Amino acid sequence: MSETLNKDVDHVEDEGKRDFIFLATGAAAGAGVLSLAWPFVAQMGKAADTLAAGSIEINLANVAEGQQLKTLWRGKPVFVRHRTPAEISAAEAVDVATLPDPQTDNERLIPNQSGAVDPKYLVMVGVCTHFGCVPVGEAGDYDGWYCPCHGSHYDTSGRIRKGPAPTNMEIPPYEFLSDNIIKVG
Amino acid sequence: MSGHPSTYEPKYAATKWMDQRLPIIRMGADFMSFPSPRNLNYWWTFGGILALCLVSQIITGIILAMHYIPHVDHAFDSVQRIKRDVPFGWLLQPMHAVGASMFFFAVYVHMLRGLYYGSYKAPRELLWIIGCLIYLVMMATGFIGYVLPWGQMSFWGATVITGFFGAVPVVGESLQQWLLGGYAVDNATLTRFFALHYLLPFVIAALVGLHVWALHHVGQNNPIGITPKTKEDTLSFHPFYTVKDGFALCVFFLIFAFFIFYQPDALGHADNYIRADAMKTPPHIVPEWYFLPFYAILRAVPDKLAGILLMVAAIGVLFVLPWLDTSKVRSMRFRPVARRFFYVFIVMCFLLGWCGAETPDNIVPGMKFGDTGLSFYRMSQIATIYYFAFFLVILPILGLTEKPKERPESITKAVLGGHNGAAAPAE
Repeated sequence: MSETLNKDVDHVEDEGKRDFIFLATGAAAGAGVLSLAWPFVAQMGKAADTLAAGSIEINLANVAEGQQLKTLWRGKPVFVRHRTPAEISAAEAVDVATLPDPQTDNERLIPNQSGAVDPKYLVMVGVCTHFGCVPVGEAGDYDGWYCPCHGSHYDTSGRIRKGPAPTNMEIPPYEFLSDNIIKVG
Repeated sequence: MSGHPSTYEPKYAATKWMDQRLPIIRMGADFMSFPSPRNLNYWWTFGGILALCLVSQIITGIILAMHYIPHVDHAFDSVQRIKRDVPFGWLLQPMHAVGASMFFFAVYVHMLRGLYYGSYKAPRELLWIIGCLIYLVMMATGFIGYVLPWGQMSFWGATVITGFFGAVPVVGESLQQWLLGGYAVDNATLTRFFALHYLLPFVIAALVGLHVWALHHVGQNNPIGITPKTKEDTLSFHPFYTVKDGFALCVFFLIFAFFIFYQPDALGHADNYIRADAMKTPPHIVPEWYFLPFYAILRAVPDKLAGILLMVAAIGVLFVLPWLDTSKVRSMRFRPVARRFFYVFIVMCFLLGWCGAETPDNIVPGMKFGDTGLSFYRMSQIATIYYFAFFLVILPILGLTEKPKERPESITKAVLGGHNGAAAPAE
């Protein structure tokens, strides 16, 4: 009996057909595993409610000159800084070519409804671009912001000047709803 | 699991019946009678200590999970409740928190022992690599566990560490947000960290199983690094090493108990008694002490991605160590030059730990020269260079140039004295 079995196994009638069935089965199983794996991976992404809670409104008139408003947006602090004339001129006087992440002060401001930029209000995500700590205001070598975690210095435009952070502090997407009210997100 | 011929003889009908069906008693008996080199010293007791650490962490951890609430609104309070209100919570919570520190202390001793006595060399390369994997998963588990109490250090530690993934080119930000489950560290992050913190210890336990299996296949290394040749060179694991391990365990648990009962917070950070606040970063973020050397390496370069790569490399280099050390002599007892470099290596690891705990721009005490001096930043760079040079330059070259001391013929001769070798080994 074992002889007959061995014969059957050793002698394959149509090898090409068997190979095809083998590969096709493997491919179908592989595709099935992959398509089932995706939900297991994707579930870790941002949930719909997290995505939905994505915008806030801020009244700029509430921020006095020299003051900074700190508010939470998408789990991160947003800084609204009402800059003094000295801070504005310091931010504008910099030679952009010398910066690690070259950007003019105007490029970091968003125009209001009439199309003009108001350099008084700097709106940015108050998160150090190094490892995400919250920088301290009116501090550091450039009197802008200083990150206590790993020593990054930002200027009065929130641009990285010295330290390990790779880029300027992020400007969130925002628009003016009226002269004083902005909508972030 | 054991790599030696079985000596177990079932005596009773029941054990005979069992042995023919599932030889689990045989496995245990062979484990206990495993022939171990007769010259193992106290540095070899840390394997057993580590096994007990893992068991203790898993038991106390499961208990804590029964009282802990993984939610941003309740996590901090629930941990405080465990410490104050839950019966014996004052004992069980520090057992777990201090236990993590003790676990890392023991693993560092265990790793340095392997480094000194060349326990990573053939045929123990895979044993060493599995050990490195265990250490890696331990680091992940330790970090994630530290986030759960949801204090300021928990939150900002999580922000900084998950920020590492944001440094990956192109996909960094998406990867980071995928890990966090949102734009920043939040409830989604906390709940998944809790789930993973429950899972990973069992991954460690599985890896420990492989580690012990590999150990019993190749046999233990020993302080002179010479493979046992005769039965005389070995002793049965039980009672000789169960007793030795047991004594070391008692001493270890005394130190453990001192921290639990008298200094439960000494190894932690006061800022973690402040509830997590996404709006305010503590002025001085430091990781737990067992991550400080790697934190110092991270900060030793002024570039985000380079710092992360260097830190990853500091752990990665351990995995390839068996192929970096070119010396055929295992134990540094017989390598007088390598031994000196090893001691400097330990000093450098401590210096890195110190640098990691300090503000980089500050001057090292006693190192002020006029207006300037040696900053912690500079010192961390020096120590980082040595750390890598030890593995990538010193060990490869020394193996070829160093003339090792004469080694005894066998373990028995080294222990009992003989014509070839001192009565007592060098140390």
